[in-house]
Amino acid sequence: MADSRTVTTTQFAILDTARSQVLGEGVGLSEEQVLDVLRLPDEALEPLLELAHEVRMRWCGPEVEVEGIISLKTGGCPEDCHFCSQSGLFDSPVRSAWLDIPSLVEAAKQTAKTGATEFCIVAAVRGPNERLMAQVAAGIAAIKDAVDINIACSLGMLTPEQVEQLAAMGVHRYNHNLETARSHFPNVVTTHTWEERWETLQLVREAGMEVCCGGILGMGESLEQRAEFAAQLAELTPDEVPLNFLNPRPGTPFGDLEPLDARDALRAVAAFRLAMPRTVLRFAGGREITLGDLGARQGLLGGINAVIVGNYLTTLGRPAEADIDLLGELKMPIKALNDTI
Amino acid sequence: MFCDQCGKPAGARGEHARCVERRLLEPPRFCPDCARRMVVQVTPTGWTARCSRHGERTSA
Repeated sequence: MADSRTVTTTQFAILDTARSQVLGEGVGLSEEQVLDVLRLPDEALEPLLELAHEVRMRWCGPEVEVEGIISLKTGGCPEDCHFCSQSGLFDSPVRSAWLDIPSLVEAAKQTAKTGATEFCIVAAVRGPNERLMAQVAAGIAAIKDAVDINIACSLGMLTPEQVEQLAAMGVHRYNHNLETARSHFPNVVTTHTWEERWETLQLVREAGMEVCCGGILGMGESLEQRAEFAAQLAELTPDEVPLNFLNPRPGTPFGDLEPLDARDALRAVAAFRLAMPRTVLRFAGGREITLGDLGARQGLLGGINAVIVGNYLTTLGRPAEADIDLLGELKMPIKALNDTI
Repeated sequence: MFCDQCGKPAGARGEHARCVERRLLEPPRFCPDCARRMVVQVTPTGWTARCSRHGERTSA
């Protein structure tokens, strides 16, 4: 009896289809086609990653966008995102903290020193209140006075007025992850809906900011739901898609889930690239857990064209120098400030 | 002394297998002197952890 990963000519046919459709014409794979990719056997992983890399090089080029992130407001969030150690509803060891403006500026300077051109300010909130918006405005003004770097924000769900305010502050990109497939979202978050997140993303686009939207893989979703998620992101046409892999956090409802298998993670990287040939596809949190030290290289040669360097919001990452050195070794230049990929 | 990852007593030989593994990619969460949860701020290149009783530790 053949299992679902048995090699068949039909299964490999998706690689030929993708070569013609995505590499040749720049048309992303459909949900059904992404599912075929996710079901490819391990024997097909190497040619799959090579194809995803060719697609990235053809439609995006060799440049890599490098970003640093910082938590402006940590912990105490009223939402119940089951993967998140910053929810105030779980028994997590993460305590609430606010970052002061001088420390925020220093973090932006540290980020710029690594060669990064993006700096994302993040807050663990449902959506920003007046105090947070004021802190963000003061922080952005101070950073712009001190550092030449693009500023992105991730502050939860926004009102139309807040979107306008952030655009006026000079925020060039806004991150708001859909996190997972629409059909799986109620298993991940119950305090707000997938549709509410989608609405904020539409507001961001209408205001002229770049849309950054991705999610976390390995939260108990099926392969079908992973393909569904890729298709829903492709429909959104975000400028950037950050791909995270679940890093099970102590005290959260997902704290006992096993990290995603490395081969499944790499298959997903390639599949998301083939679904969105022109997007900035960023390696984000959890890659150290899921893929180990070799993950950065495999990802960058398998469809990834952006990385978060250094530490994350509440956890530590690889040293920024390790990723920057790797880019040099792979002859992948860091995207210059104000260039587009 | 307490484990800075789980806050439990460090044990006779300080053995906390999962905590040792976790420490590679985690800042300290609990004060090693009193096991209080610390206020931790992670930055792109480091971290600070503050105990209300025993003060601040940094990655530097």
